[in-house]
Amino acid sequence: MAKLYSKKKIASQTMLPKKETISFLLSYSKALTIVKVGDLTFESIAN
Amino acid sequence: MANVVLPDAVLVKNYVGGDETALATLIERHQSKIYGFIYSKVMDREITEDIFQDTFIKVIKTLKSKNYSEEGKFLPWVMRISHNLIVDYFRKSKKMPYHRETEEFSIFSIMTDNSPNVENRIISEQVEVDLQRLIEELPEDQKEVLVMRMYQDLSFKEIADLTGVSINTALGRMRYALMNLRKVIEKNQIVLTN
Repeated sequence: MAKLYSKKKIASQTMLPKKETISFLLSYSKALTIVKVGDLTFESIAN
Repeated sequence: MANVVLPDAVLVKNYVGGDETALATLIERHQSKIYGFIYSKVMDREITEDIFQDTFIKVIKTLKSKNYSEEGKFLPWVMRISHNLIVDYFRKSKKMPYHRETEEFSIFSIMTDNSPNVENRIISEQVEVDLQRLIEELPEDQKEVLVMRMYQDLSFKEIADLTGVSINTALGRMRYALMNLRKVIEKNQIVLTN
């Protein structure tokens, strides 16, 4: 039988961001309010 | 109940309409691709994390300010944002190489002035003059094509249109012009080098 020279690929871990990053983004999104008045844009972050 | 997978466009619309869970779904759906894309460029987990976060901050701000126009291309749009942030990162982190002059090392060993010196300039001017004199000796039709091609940078199509001949004739005239020039140069043993 023909010899296989290719090495078995080590299953790479799926690259994912940290849970803290996702959690920060979701909290940031909830806290952020953007209001547009004419040409002006106001951003406010609720604590 | 069947698990309905909402398309990105619907999730974006829901998010803009105030549904915060839609953002969580969008991030969960695309995080691996976006994170992997950033990591493949910067090869550093911490920097990847920062760029990933900045990407979504931009996404959130754009969506909340209703500046995003839905064209069914949410992922390519996010990828484009992360790509721009990666470029910014590399631009900022690019350091200028610093060389200090010492007794063993002279800055001029790595710095050169590539502009031609006076001698080279005179030689190239002379070559230009000689070449122009030779071109003047060519038959009128060949000279015309050569000047239009080499000095006026016209295409053979344009030359053919302007001189009222076919492209093949223009090409043929150019060929004969170059052959004649070569002949004269060889015959008179003219050296045209810089």
